[in-house]
Amino acid sequence: MNDDMAIEASGLVKSYRDVRVLDGVDLNIPRGSVFALLGPNGAGKTTAVRILATLTEADAGRARVAGFDVRRERSAVRRRISLTGQFAALDDAQTGEENLRMMGRLARLSRAEAAARANELIGRFDLTAAARRRVGTYSGGMRRRLDIAASLVGRPSVIFLDEPSTGLDPQSRLTMWQVIEGLAAEGVTVFLTTQYLEEAERLAETIAVLDGGRVIAQGTAAELKQRVAAQRLDLTGASEAAYDDLTRHFGGRAIHRDHTSLTLGVPTDGSAAEVRALLDAADPGRTLVASFAVRGASLDDVFLILTHHDKAKETAHV
Amino acid sequence: MSNALTMTGRSLRLSGRSPEALLTALLLPVMLMVVFVYLFGGAVSIGTAYVDYVVPGVLLLCAVTGAATTAVTVCQDMGGGIIDRFRSLDVRGTVVLAGHVVAGLLRNLASTVLVVAVAIGIGFRPHASAADFVAALGMLLFFVAAVSWLAAAFGLLVRAPEAANSATFFLMFFCYASSAFVPVHTMPTWLRGFAEHQPATPVTETIRGLLLGHASPLPLASALAWCAGIGIVSIALSAILFRRRTAA
Repeated sequence: MNDDMAIEASGLVKSYRDVRVLDGVDLNIPRGSVFALLGPNGAGKTTAVRILATLTEADAGRARVAGFDVRRERSAVRRRISLTGQFAALDDAQTGEENLRMMGRLARLSRAEAAARANELIGRFDLTAAARRRVGTYSGGMRRRLDIAASLVGRPSVIFLDEPSTGLDPQSRLTMWQVIEGLAAEGVTVFLTTQYLEEAERLAETIAVLDGGRVIAQGTAAELKQRVAAQRLDLTGASEAAYDDLTRHFGGRAIHRDHTSLTLGVPTDGSAAEVRALLDAADPGRTLVASFAVRGASLDDVFLILTHHDKAKETAHV
Repeated sequence: MSNALTMTGRSLRLSGRSPEALLTALLLPVMLMVVFVYLFGGAVSIGTAYVDYVVPGVLLLCAVTGAATTAVTVCQDMGGGIIDRFRSLDVRGTVVLAGHVVAGLLRNLASTVLVVAVAIGIGFRPHASAADFVAALGMLLFFVAAVSWLAAAFGLLVRAPEAANSATFFLMFFCYASSAFVPVHTMPTWLRGFAEHQPATPVTETIRGLLLGHASPLPLASALAWCAGIGIVSIALSAILFRRRTAA
């Protein structure tokens, strides 16, 4: 065990029926850092969070959170963490204040402490005007803020946020980011999941990309960007035959194929030298490519590139 | 223990926040009693005032309609995100459920008081000592607790609150096919066998005996055994169902 680590997981495996949702996940997250688990829908992000937050048991593997084993020392872990899921864990029929006080009592605060903590959090999350209104009347952004406030009542040292900005309008998302940055500044460990590269990049020091139940890349945003070309070169074939030739040439390197428009996309850094080299290599006779365009890589591209690299590496090991 | 109190407070607050449901739960048994006494009562000849006969039956109906509310609230809880929050605060599933059951007991106490008050207004004359009265109330609340746990288990089993609400009809059938509203000996033989050997009959007879001061021996042991059995099985079943629902 390493005291500097807030979360240590190794070989986490979880299957639902025949579907292997997590297929050997290893994570090491230092205390006081902000970590983002980035992945598309169905990548296993929520399952990973639920296992680390002791709500679900892994089929195999081990994990320690805040220094305790999630399986054998569940209560100790629970006393030190909080989880905010994708669905607000609040009572719509209670007021914001009542919800917070209730959570405070459940987090072992005395009645007076719970009331004081509720007031403090209401102020901090800018909910004073709505404190005595039923949560059912709250907007999506207010609800999410109250939900996070509720998760902080017991002063957790590790905070799990499962897709904290999904479904929020741009303004609420910005507020949410400021809230998360505020948490990070206090020195708690934040573990968040997201589908958005932008969000992970802005908030997290370390990002792990989860795909098909495995961590396929991990590092700082800068490190990931180095591995992943930030641009995509789209080549449009002059004819169907030309498109087929180009497809053959690039093979697995193509991250985008659209047969109807005869367009093929490959990763590039966007420099003139590289674009020229790619074109020369693919089309030495200068007849195959009708037009080209360089565009920013979408998150889909990033995932495709990363999964592709991963496969290439595996092949290289063989 | 402190968690159980917090959860009970929560369930009571939630009950108070849906006044329509609360009002229905309070008024339905009173309306049913009026229907029984004034519409059916004239046609039922049992030798004593029908209102005296029927009050324990109405209290049982009251218990099962109240239990349906418990099934619905448990079902609603399971459908939302709040159970995960409670679990991550290390609150046990049975404690969350116990909050609903205790709140159900208190709601039922209120509707029982209302039913008895209206019954007295329309001619109900119990012949019970204070001790008998307390014993009858204890018997009733024991039954409510057992049925509420059964309802909680049902609320965990079904996925939709509407389905949870159907617990009422199932439980009501047990009340109707018992000695709650008509003497068992007036029923066809095949039904009589069922009516005599299901929990609603001994519970009704015990409460009725205590309230009306009957000299004949009460089926108290049978009533207590039924309630204890239903309660214990339902608590165990709830714990298993809760674990299964939250395991994913």
